[in-house]
Amino acid sequence: MGDPMRIRAKLVGDTADVRVLMAHPMDVERKSGGKVVPAHFIRQIRAELNGKVVWEAQISQAVSKNPVFAFKVKGAKAGDRLSVTWEDNKGDTRTDSITLGAS
Amino acid sequence: MNELRRSFLKRTTGLGTLVAAVAVGAVKPADVLAASRNEGAFKATSTTDAIKALGMTGVTNSTAIAIRAPDIAENGAVVPIDITSNIPGTRSISLFVDKNPFPYVGTFDVAQGSEPYVHVRIKMGKSSDVRVVVAAADGKHYQAAKEVKVTIGGCGG
Repeated sequence: MGDPMRIRAKLVGDTADVRVLMAHPMDVERKSGGKVVPAHFIRQIRAELNGKVVWEAQISQAVSKNPVFAFKVKGAKAGDRLSVTWEDNKGDTRTDSITLGAS
Repeated sequence: MNELRRSFLKRTTGLGTLVAAVAVGAVKPADVLAASRNEGAFKATSTTDAIKALGMTGVTNSTAIAIRAPDIAENGAVVPIDITSNIPGTRSISLFVDKNPFPYVGTFDVAQGSEPYVHVRIKMGKSSDVRVVVAAADGKHYQAAKEVKVTIGGCGG
């Protein structure tokens, strides 16, 4: 499941400035004491506004630990539901959502 | 030419097989999100190969892509990058770090309802050009790069 994300959004006109902080190790594959520690990272992220996909990302292990993303969603208004979903390379996923204008 | 129809067909047929696959237990529901991932590009060891694997051809330089990144990053484990594309009809923004072992960092798809802007924090092994390739609605690709000097590399985990 992973830990909750922190999602902040600020409405500027009809654009939502969204900032998401995810708790994730984003490990690259590395050797530790002769053993290979496998990579563990978020592969895919999707943001939805009222259930409609508005932003998507495919990422690699080159994104920093506890990833932060910011993006701007068009056509948003107070009361809209914004949800963000991530999925990592071990099949773990997490979805969190906020209501715009209420945070 | 008829892009909408094509993507509709692709989606419906894709969904059909996916539903079937889920039904027989071949695909875990969690895999659904990652159906379109381009593994070849992520495994490429040079930016040129990664761009090729993504099927981006005829990439031209552009001054309409603004990359805001530090000139000198003290900590290569967290390098903040701000990308704004002023190219009309920007559909996606792809990011590469030329000198990372695997240069392709990712693609941000903004075509479905977001401004052509993204902020991301990335790892950089050593000083390198950070390269951005924008895919526009007319099928063309544009690129811009910015050099970031790294004093402590960030690929050791």
